[in-house]
Amino acid sequence: MTNLTRAGFGTPLSRVDGPAKVTGQAQYAAEFQPEDMLHAHVHTARIAKGKITRIDVSRALAVEGVVDVLTHENRPKVAWFDLKYKDMTAPLRGSPFKALYDENVIFSGQPIALVVAETPEIARYASTLLDVDYKWAEFQTDLAQVLDQAFVPRIPRAGYHKPKSRGDGEQAFSDAPVQVSNRYHLSPEHHNPLEMFASTVIWEGDGHVTISDKTQGVKNSHWYICNAMGWDRDKVRILSPFVGGAFGSGLRPQYQLYLAALAAKKLERSVQVVMTRQEMFGHGYRPECYQTVSLGADREGHLKGIVNSAVTATSSIENYMETVVNWGSMVYRCPDAKLDYKIAKVDTATPCDMRAPGGATGMNLFEVAMDELAYACDIDPLELRLRNYTDREAMKDKPYTSKALHDCYERGAAKFGWDRRSHAPRSMRDGHELIGWGMATGIWEAMMAPTSARARLSADGTLEVATATADMGPGTYTMMTQIAADTTGLPVEKITAKLGDSDLPFSPVQGGSMTAASAGTAVQKACDALLEELLEAARRIEDGPLAGVDLDEVGFGDGRIYLIDDTKIGMRFEEILAAAEMDSLEATELAKPGIINMMRKARNTHSAVFVEVRVDEDVGMARVTRVVNAVAAGRIINPKTARSQILGGVVFGIGMALEEETLADHRIGRWMNHNLAEYHVPVNADVPDIDVLFVEEQDDEVNPIGVKGVGEIGVVGTAAAIANALFHATGKRVRELPITIDKLL
Amino acid sequence: MFRHPQTTPKGVETDDAIRVQLSVNGEPLDLDLPPWTSLLDLLRHRLALTGTKKGCDHGQCGACTVLVDGRRINSCLKLAVSLDGAEVTTIEGMAGEGGALHPLQDAFVRHDGFQCGYCTPGQICSAQGLLNEGHAQSREEIKELMSGNICRCGAYPNILDAIEDVLNDRVSEPRMPE
Amino acid sequence: MRRFSYSRPTEVSEALAEAGGEDVRFLAGGTNLVDLMKENVERPQHLVDITRLPLDRIEEIQSGLKIGALVLNSDLAHDPKVENRYPLLSLALLNGASPQLRNSATTGGNLLQRTRCYYFYDVATACNKRDPGAGCQAIGGLTRLHAILGASPHCIATHPSDMCVAMAALDAVVHVESATGTRTIPFEDFHRLPGDTPQRDTTLEPGELVTAVELPATRFDRHYTYLKLRDRQSYAFALVSVAAAMRLEDGVMTDVRLALGGVAHKPWRDRDAEALLSGKAPERALFSKAAEAILADAQGQGANDFKIELARRAIVRGLDQAARGTPQSVTDKRIA
Repeated sequence: MTNLTRAGFGTPLSRVDGPAKVTGQAQYAAEFQPEDMLHAHVHTARIAKGKITRIDVSRALAVEGVVDVLTHENRPKVAWFDLKYKDMTAPLRGSPFKALYDENVIFSGQPIALVVAETPEIARYASTLLDVDYKWAEFQTDLAQVLDQAFVPRIPRAGYHKPKSRGDGEQAFSDAPVQVSNRYHLSPEHHNPLEMFASTVIWEGDGHVTISDKTQGVKNSHWYICNAMGWDRDKVRILSPFVGGAFGSGLRPQYQLYLAALAAKKLERSVQVVMTRQEMFGHGYRPECYQTVSLGADREGHLKGIVNSAVTATSSIENYMETVVNWGSMVYRCPDAKLDYKIAKVDTATPCDMRAPGGATGMNLFEVAMDELAYACDIDPLELRLRNYTDREAMKDKPYTSKALHDCYERGAAKFGWDRRSHAPRSMRDGHELIGWGMATGIWEAMMAPTSARARLSADGTLEVATATADMGPGTYTMMTQIAADTTGLPVEKITAKLGDSDLPFSPVQGGSMTAASAGTAVQKACDALLEELLEAARRIEDGPLAGVDLDEVGFGDGRIYLIDDTKIGMRFEEILAAAEMDSLEATELAKPGIINMMRKARNTHSAVFVEVRVDEDVGMARVTRVVNAVAAGRIINPKTARSQILGGVVFGIGMALEEETLADHRIGRWMNHNLAEYHVPVNADVPDIDVLFVEEQDDEVNPIGVKGVGEIGVVGTAAAIANALFHATGKRVRELPITIDKLL
Repeated sequence: MFRHPQTTPKGVETDDAIRVQLSVNGEPLDLDLPPWTSLLDLLRHRLALTGTKKGCDHGQCGACTVLVDGRRINSCLKLAVSLDGAEVTTIEGMAGEGGALHPLQDAFVRHDGFQCGYCTPGQICSAQGLLNEGHAQSREEIKELMSGNICRCGAYPNILDAIEDVLNDRVSEPRMPE
Repeated sequence: MRRFSYSRPTEVSEALAEAGGEDVRFLAGGTNLVDLMKENVERPQHLVDITRLPLDRIEEIQSGLKIGALVLNSDLAHDPKVENRYPLLSLALLNGASPQLRNSATTGGNLLQRTRCYYFYDVATACNKRDPGAGCQAIGGLTRLHAILGASPHCIATHPSDMCVAMAALDAVVHVESATGTRTIPFEDFHRLPGDTPQRDTTLEPGELVTAVELPATRFDRHYTYLKLRDRQSYAFALVSVAAAMRLEDGVMTDVRLALGGVAHKPWRDRDAEALLSGKAPERALFSKAAEAILADAQGQGANDFKIELARRAIVRGLDQAARGTPQSVTDKRIA
């Protein structure tokens, strides 16, 4: 047993799936290639709203190698009832989008036909040969034009936290000696994971269907596609071992899954559908937002009244909502707050969760307002936050399971050198360059959801831990392996983690930064149960060294159960199985949060982000040159991969602050920069070295393993810190994200 | 070496097919290809070398980066027929004897130079191209010359650490949070 | 991608014999043509792959340097002769696209790059350049990328190349050949303004092949810059770029060259403005005057109005960089 890797909580283990990823062996959804598979290409609508009056597929069908063209006119029979199309994360109210269902077009870029052919090139070519006539209907894609029609849905979506006002926010604001009140805007953003959505439906021929799908939740895809197609749940299996990024776009099954299944059902053959990059702009996105923040304070900067209202976009068919206006009022002590959130319908696809949905939008914009207040009171922005600090969750006035935000401020500021900042805008420069230092607070949820995991010990002493979650990049394979190693004492090499398979025990979608807490706890419970059973087996081995011992007398380690008093006495796991005449031993456990406890205390991650920007005074080119992000996220399972999650969040924040914006031509209701050349995401040259700090946060209450999750907190606050740094550098307050060069001229 | 090579699909393109000789990861291949097949689609669909990724199919992300005669290019924008006679190296051809990881592959794992892993083969092939070119010495230069490879997960600082290690022929400690 | 036939001649004469048809295109690096074919914007029926033609050399000639049409952008950027005599060109090349694209893209292909206009690229919209007579939907629409100089009511697209901006400043000459003979085209006459025929980007005649670009012997190796302003630090097209070069003798500017990218249907040169600068000492006020002169007729389309001011500042800064002999670095993102 030399050179084996020991890992437990806190070990910076390199990703266990790293070698597969760096050698090209990791298999993503489009890389399942069954024999005789057909390739299908989507044809999308040119109009924003209306009807298809004629669709002529004859020219496409005439192309050699084209097998079929599916449209609403010839699709196989599918479920008609809306409920059959509700995936587990769909908004409760509304009618989910059904591709090729009828002649109606409800957004530009909507799939309206599927060309199925022997090769992808033929399918793509033939899809250009469809003749489609449309009848336009009136439409609106500009949120600004429908703000007066914004409404509060009667039934909110699951997971939405209704904002709770306190006292009389408006009165308190208007009575306050210092007031800032402004409207902020966030442009729509698209997730643009690097892997494009793909599904391969493998027609097994015996009534069984196996589907590789790009998804954040195989159980969700399974539920959805069985309902929509009327397929027997036991005969359908969804695989998603690797996901090339998703950032929320894979929470809901995307239309390529439905279309591939539809074609396979009709043709009774294996079919693959891969979206194009342009089509990646034809589904969910981070909705545009207008947010008004009014902050009233005394002259020392103590908040007296908050009035925070926001409107985000939803589609014509579903009520998509985010938790937008709560965050600032949760973080800061303030006696009176009025919060108001509404949605308004535009004729696009239904928006969907994108990395820290609502938080990235609401808190980033709120934190710009806080910076404005700091300058209105002539107080250092960090000092302003400290003066309004509270240990309680201020919106619902509840205690936290833990909140080490104060340490984040302190350690982040020290690392950054915040005390060397000069307060006045435009007061720091280096030649032509204006230097700006800005900061902001970040907050996100630390959730947990019911998850089952299975642990199975084989006769050779190897352990497999499994749950039907996903690994879209956070390092879930590694996290599961590490928790199993921590719990059982087995070396990493003896452990295999399995996920991304709908046949595995239930896991919710990977999202909300809750996978580590949920799947991690489930894996730990399953391993604990397995060890107990193993000990039980060992105790029953007559004449065995562990016969009759009690749990508190033994230790687990090195693949052995041994006596604590004399560690030389013990049995190897495989010896126990052999002696007990067992091929393997298995335990499955469900981990779920304690509901009562969850209601009693608030559970959140927090962060403090410090940023340096440099802006050329003449030409307005801005760049981020330094970032310190100090995070309080409970226990850190793996500092290496956890740091990477924060890096990723910060890079998302850089995109949000400076670059990302999906541009719509509202005259035709269409996104126009639907490619990665004109939709700018950060490239290597945009990203400085980023210091990630995790502050100590011992939390035995948030969940059994004390983990809060780090997938989203990195983006919350970062965009605001950049915007605030740009103000500090230039003296120009930009209240719209992204802050592109034209806004700094 | 090919996991499950696919034959040319039924009769659909033989009329247009053009004979092309390519060396892929050291293996000489005689292929009959329609002229519109991109090198990327050839690799992914016909040779089942799916390590090379399609991230945009328009030369805007770098996920499809491979080495052609030692130089990095976007395989999505290259018609395979136009490469007749060329030597192509993909991520599958990077590892050494017995599957030992290439120094870049090893450095990417150590420094966590990826998250979802989808851009990774392109990043690594691009990094090898950068090393072959010899124009990058400093971290800033690597940054600029790796900007043709988008990592939506934002692993850029770690990617730089990994490439710097190989460029300077060293094995440094991965950066840790404080 | 529309079906097409394909040939790969090895002699220029063979290639020219196949050229001329409306649906015939030459294929070199493919970085733009293949992209547009996938978008169904370009729909050739026949491709003549010219990558095997003997046009891939950089040659010393009496009048300067002759760059074969197939010289790769990366090779051209790093050629010692270019680096030494025309570092402006190296800089412009290295500011364009990505290393991978520069390893495929050729000199001739770069000359023939087509616009990045959203509407040109999206076949669901109307575009006179793609479909003559269809109308220009960019006008009144999203115009961030669009022209502020030389636009017409038929087209407001911009030329996206960086290389061409430097070549325009360097007074390059384009060599072309057709079945009937050869001719040379001064760089300024090679690209054209859209007028009422925006489908034509250049003055190339059907059947003509770009064989080389010639750079006059005049070196600009001390006072030059290529300043590119864009929406991110790398791998993005220019909002505005400035190629500037000059000679400075006894504190006086002579032979001033100034070309702008990202602002018009062609690299924009203004000889009157250059004349304004020539024979004078480099001063910011003078640079501003030149910028005013160049932009006197500039017109925004709404979303790109800012480019007029941006161009004004970029011109001043570019001239200043050139005069000071502090060219903009490609890797150091601080504006020099």
